[in-house]
Amino acid sequence: MEPIIEVNHVSMRFNLAKEKNESLKEYFLAMAKGKLHFDEFYALRDVSLCVEPGDFYGLVGLNGSGKSTLLKVISGVYKPSSGSCRVRGVIAPLIELGAGFDLDLTARENIYLNGTVLGYTPKYLDSKFDEIVEFSELRDFLDVPLKNYSSGMVARIAFAIATITKPDILIADEILSVGDFLFQQKCEQRMQQLMSGGTTVLLVSHSIEQIERMCNKVAWLEKGAIRMNGETSAVCAAYKEITAAPEPPAPQP
Amino acid sequence: MAKGILYLKDFWRYRYLLYNLISRDFKLKYRRSILGVLWSVLNPLLMMLVMWAVFGGLFPQVRGQGIDNFPMFLLCGQLLFNFFREATTLAMSSVLQSAPLLRKVYIPKYIFPLEKVCFGFVNCCFSFIALVLVMICTRCPVHLTLPMALYPLLTLFVFSLGVGLVLATLTVFFRDVIHMWEVFTTALMYFSAIFYDPIQMEGWVQSFIKFNPMYWYITGFRRAVIYGVGFNGNMIAMCGGCAVLALGFGLFVFKKNQDKFVLYL
Repeated sequence: MEPIIEVNHVSMRFNLAKEKNESLKEYFLAMAKGKLHFDEFYALRDVSLCVEPGDFYGLVGLNGSGKSTLLKVISGVYKPSSGSCRVRGVIAPLIELGAGFDLDLTARENIYLNGTVLGYTPKYLDSKFDEIVEFSELRDFLDVPLKNYSSGMVARIAFAIATITKPDILIADEILSVGDFLFQQKCEQRMQQLMSGGTTVLLVSHSIEQIERMCNKVAWLEKGAIRMNGETSAVCAAYKEITAAPEPPAPQP
Repeated sequence: MAKGILYLKDFWRYRYLLYNLISRDFKLKYRRSILGVLWSVLNPLLMMLVMWAVFGGLFPQVRGQGIDNFPMFLLCGQLLFNFFREATTLAMSSVLQSAPLLRKVYIPKYIFPLEKVCFGFVNCCFSFIALVLVMICTRCPVHLTLPMALYPLLTLFVFSLGVGLVLATLTVFFRDVIHMWEVFTTALMYFSAIFYDPIQMEGWVQSFIKFNPMYWYITGFRRAVIYGVGFNGNMIAMCGGCAVLALGFGLFVFKKNQDKFVLYL
């Protein structure tokens, strides 16, 4: 089968400016002094990954290992410094929930705004509006500005909008860590349900239990490179061994 | 060619986003104000009255002789210039302001400057109600050339979009541009013949002012609305040429740098 996501030798380089040149004068001064050099930092180094349709792919790794960067490369936010990334299908990104929410607008207005950010048509949103509201369980707060919401409530709305359609690929970055456990269960169910409908899922999580429970394949990133990649049981076992000592056991929901 | 069609398709896909962003800006602009959208009409009207008082009453020598309907003359210049200033200023910081969004999801980035220029244009269209009111009050005759006013207006839209794209790109890398543009537009305002007729100015001002595209848009608009005379070839070429040049340059600069934006936001 043709892979749905193909990441070929992707490197992502950031220039860490020692002095951030944000004004013209500083810029030219630094240039005149010949000090305009950057520290290069590789968030990803020669990463290759192949995701087949229908996979539930987990990404694990410590903070700063490049998980989120990889997700952003795949969803098209970053353009890789070298290498290439091919995606065949529609992506629903759940990277930091609530992208495109305007906190001054009400939930109702935000559903339409965020929905169009994700590329839905207003007609489609009209037809799915009740479903979104039902899933987020926030019908009583529809006309309240989002700034008065708690972060859990915002996450509910965001998750409901992002998963309302059947995307080909769902990219989820630690989103299940918000919301109470009942809602977390609901989200997991929704993701499983999408998957059985043929959606490929890419999940980042710090809860290794969750990864073990849901994923069929796992990639382990370390300092921007893939350390291990393969079946869930093997990778998770190795990952747990390394991280067992410094990390306390994740609380079970 | 095929690439161009692909771009247009992408653009078409995001038309609802464009619409929603404009309506968001509109809602937020007039939220919690009693008069609401009426301000789009009142604001230019009141501003015009102030300028009328200053240049009609206090310093009448500045405007010179030979302007028959001074209120209309003022308002035309003001409306067009304010549109240009608002559109470019908003477009300038549009990419910067959308940083939270750009860091999270993929959206074609040109949509932000475009949205701001469209928003400015919608605002400007509301302000035309003020123009109609003044037209009635000053008994300004309606000329057959009125529909021709669309030409300077639409070319100004394209021109502003081009300038906005360049400014938005520059601002991502150098925040100084925001302050520089504020000063620049103020200087530009005095050289756009908003409250005076350049004919009575000294020779060097007259030739200097012709390098200002805003002068051509404003003068073209006045010719169609107030004087009822058409454009000469020079005017058509200047309005259209500046617009096409600005947009071409803007798109080129923007496209060349847009992949780097997210690293600097």
